[in-house]
Amino acid sequence: MTLFRFCNCTLIRNHALIVDDLWIRHGKIIDPEKVFFDERIQADVEYDCRGVLVAPGYIDLQINGAFGHDFSSPDEASEEMLLLVAQKLTAHGVTAFVPTVVSSKPETYKAVLPKYKRRAGSAKDGATILGIHIEGPFIDEKKRGAHRTDFLRTAPNGIEDLLSCYGSFNDVSIITIAPEIPNMIETVIPELVQKHNIVVSVGHSIASLDIGERAVCAGARFITHLFNAMLPFHHRDPGLVGLLTSHRLPTTSIVHYGLIADGIHTHSAAVRLAHRVHPQGLVLVTDAVPALGLPDGTYHMGAEKILVENKRATIAGTQTLCGSIASLAECVQNMRQALLDGEISKHGEVKIDKQFVVECIDAATLHPASVLHIENQKGTLSFGADADFIFLDDKLNVLSTFIAGEQAWTVNDSWSINNLRTKNSSQ
Amino acid sequence: MRLVILKDYAEVAEWGARYIKKRIHDFNPGPGRLFVLGLPTGSTPVGVYKKLVEFVKAKELSFKYVVTFNMDEYIGLPQNHPESYHSFMWNLLFKHIDIDPNNVHILNGNAPDLNLECVQYEQAIRDAGGVELFVGGIGPDGHIAFNEPGSSLASRTRVKTLAQDTIAANARFFNNDINQVPKSALTVGVGTVMDAREVMILISGQSKAHALYMAIESGVNHMCTVSAFQNHQRFLCVCDDDATMELKVKTVRYFKGLMTVHNQLIEETGHPSLLHTEN
Repeated sequence: MTLFRFCNCTLIRNHALIVDDLWIRHGKIIDPEKVFFDERIQADVEYDCRGVLVAPGYIDLQINGAFGHDFSSPDEASEEMLLLVAQKLTAHGVTAFVPTVVSSKPETYKAVLPKYKRRAGSAKDGATILGIHIEGPFIDEKKRGAHRTDFLRTAPNGIEDLLSCYGSFNDVSIITIAPEIPNMIETVIPELVQKHNIVVSVGHSIASLDIGERAVCAGARFITHLFNAMLPFHHRDPGLVGLLTSHRLPTTSIVHYGLIADGIHTHSAAVRLAHRVHPQGLVLVTDAVPALGLPDGTYHMGAEKILVENKRATIAGTQTLCGSIASLAECVQNMRQALLDGEISKHGEVKIDKQFVVECIDAATLHPASVLHIENQKGTLSFGADADFIFLDDKLNVLSTFIAGEQAWTVNDSWSINNLRTKNSSQ
Repeated sequence: MRLVILKDYAEVAEWGARYIKKRIHDFNPGPGRLFVLGLPTGSTPVGVYKKLVEFVKAKELSFKYVVTFNMDEYIGLPQNHPESYHSFMWNLLFKHIDIDPNNVHILNGNAPDLNLECVQYEQAIRDAGGVELFVGGIGPDGHIAFNEPGSSLASRTRVKTLAQDTIAANARFFNNDINQVPKSALTVGVGTVMDAREVMILISGQSKAHALYMAIESGVNHMCTVSAFQNHQRFLCVCDDDATMELKVKTVRYFKGLMTVHNQLIEETGHPSLLHTEN
């Protein structure tokens, strides 16, 4: 099988930027030293990447739709629709994502969920589908955000209620629940985690820190869009935000938290706060609404009407934010700017931009992969990982996207793979 | 012997690299006529490899028709261990240059039959036509490769147990845990290197000064194995001022006086026939 060598790359590896080559075969990143000494062959095809920044492809754990398509709409849900979104998301540097379904009626879940199967990505099919994120309806009414009250539920019968509501747990990767709902901590979370291998995320909740800690001890490991749809941090009851510095969590794994860095949902000071306090847990998510990628106008999400105007998406007729329309690539840029802003005002000069670039990219790659326990395969450029990667310029704009080693998208002709090739001796 | 005395390590590394480049160019290798180069590991060659990589990247030098034989490798260390000599050579040289992996030879410290591995290595050198230029460094005790003091001056490629000093010195690469340091290695013999048509030894720093004195101003002695090269027809020794600290002023003055002649060895205009003068 053809051995590809991408020369002259500035790679993100082991939390640092290093100048090195990237070797790919069979859609995986391989160790060139092993190939050199054990197989004694040279690359068949070589590309000169002109020193460009090469990062793992971005991974989005919370996205409600995009390019006008709504994952929660039973009328639109289909394999073709998901495929289309998966293909178009490559323009944002996204190589894997988790389509998210908001609080809905049981009939809707049964119509919609079976259409979204896990699927490996490719240049032809676009980003990998990592499973489904079901956000709700077992959430708290007071923190429902844009979710409809009449769809919210409790679980007096424990996990049975979730199963009868959703229909099945097949292809479900993440479920967001409010842990204070009776039975969640006692039975639902442990069963979801241990029996069904599903990542439980806490959110849309009025839980105290104590309840949050018990949820994590029961198996929850993610916080849905930190700061949004939960109690604000209070110095005598830190609420779910306090999980970032809790001293009563199991030490075996860390708690990750989603953060919407669209410049609107989270103030840059809050981004810096969370980052300084618990950087390894930070996961950038878009929580994007179907309007992502579309110009200003009105669109549908779930059973709601959404207004998009001036980079804000609100429920038509209210001031309630209902998700972001910033791409994951823009979120990475926003996070980097937020970190830089913090440094400039403190020291008067920028010394650690390179480290920030690495951390912001980790937040959109390695960290989301860790949430799903796939950090050896996705979200990394380590040997053996899937060859999902992107080219970025120094402002972190996406120049090109590769999935399983093949170019899935390029911003212009100059970054087309044909124009980078310097050697081709494959048959 | 030619003794080239330069100012400091940077000059030694550059001179050494330029010499290798010129020798390859003058040899003019091509398909069926490969340049066979013997290579060392350690701290001294690091700067030389860096310079050679620069030459290759600037398209001033190609390794396409160069065959390499490394001097040694630890026994029992996994090939991809960061401290293996395979890893050293890959990271410092091979990954950056255009050498054909089939032309690269490094002893396999994990071979099922170590003695056979050594015999086959010697055969591989013969099959390649013998080494044209063997580059090396020396240890503070004057050893070449892993030919520790007491090694036969007629030795061939074989298994050697490392001296206590060597193991202690290497501990810093193994988390300062002396138990993790390999205790034995496969190494080319003194005789193996003597067979090369030319030998170039690079010596830098005051810590090597006594070894250099033993190597060139004292007798041929198996306690300082590099002294064997006093018997080689083309022994080129490249060192810096600090390494000459234990030599006689007379020796240093004589060789420094020859620097204009020696420098022609690395000039593009230097005639290849110069190789046979001043030895």
